Amino acid sequence: MQVDPRGLRFGAAVTTLVLAAVLITGNPWLLAVQTVVFVLGAFGAAPYALFFKRFVRPRLGPPRELEDAAPPRFAQGVGMAFALVGLIGFAAGVTPLALGATAAALLAAFLNAAFGLCLGCEAFLIIRRLQPGRIS
Amino acid sequence: MPYAMTGLVVLGVTLVAGTLLGWALTRRSGVLRETRRETRHETGRETGKAVEKEARVDFGEPLGERATLVQFSTAFCQPCRATRRVLGEVAGMVPGVRHIEIDAESRLDLVRAFDVMRTPTVLILDSSGNIVKRASGQPRKADVIAAIGQAVLPDVLPDVDRTSQHTDGK
Repeated sequence: MQVDPRGLRFGAAVTTLVLAAVLITGNPWLLAVQTVVFVLGAFGAAPYALFFKRFVRPRLGPPRELEDAAPPRFAQGVGMAFALVGLIGFAAGVTPLALGATAAALLAAFLNAAFGLCLGCEAFLIIRRLQPGRIS
Repeated sequence: MPYAMTGLVVLGVTLVAGTLLGWALTRRSGVLRETRRETRHETGRETGKAVEKEARVDFGEPLGERATLVQFSTAFCQPCRATRRVLGEVAGMVPGVRHIEIDAESRLDLVRAFDVMRTPTVLILDSSGNIVKRASGQPRKADVIAAIGQAVLPDVLPDVDRTSQHTDGK
């Protein structure tokens, strides 16, 4: 499957704003909404990307090139994991955990929005390298 | 309210860290750097062995007659597709140059041997399989062509006309 890279950047920018708002307000419901967005994104139905496709892309014209859908989906999964940890932090009243996990997800979203970097994807090979036992 | 302060500080620190990290990661991305045996020794754990290994490394495919473009990729790698296209085009354009793409996940031995931290990582080998240049991130086509010129040059030094013809081919 192929996706419009501009949609990914757009989604990352919206995610950055939402997670920044979570940090500022400390509102766990906002983080819960973003967690649902991550879950949908991991299953290939990223809401922000759908919004982009519907309302923004018609104004921009077709993309110059498309990108694979697998890396951003993986990244959404990584974002989901951090958002879930953040939610647990909020629910348990452990503020450093809530803020730390939200900040980690924000860092990844910001890097994607501002630099087009996929932090989860960058980490993927390093994590695989560290895994013992499955050495070929 | 103390919470709002903490949140703002965390937000600020995260954005500053993100900017620095993004800058560090993109600054040298795709830049083809010279690799000398000496520099590899610094990173390699077993000095003597590393060189030995390098000469006999099995990429799973035959090397190009004059140069080989080795690309490490993973399934979760955004710039790998564009890199594949660039290297494929160069290999198709310059005779005797092959493009080999390696799935990093299934060849973790090579990933460790060459200390690959990111994908795509591109190695440019000369005709005898020595690494001449290396880049992490998507390299520019012109840089790849120039690097191949360098890799091929020692082989065809007496025949300067042929070299210039190939490097000017683009």
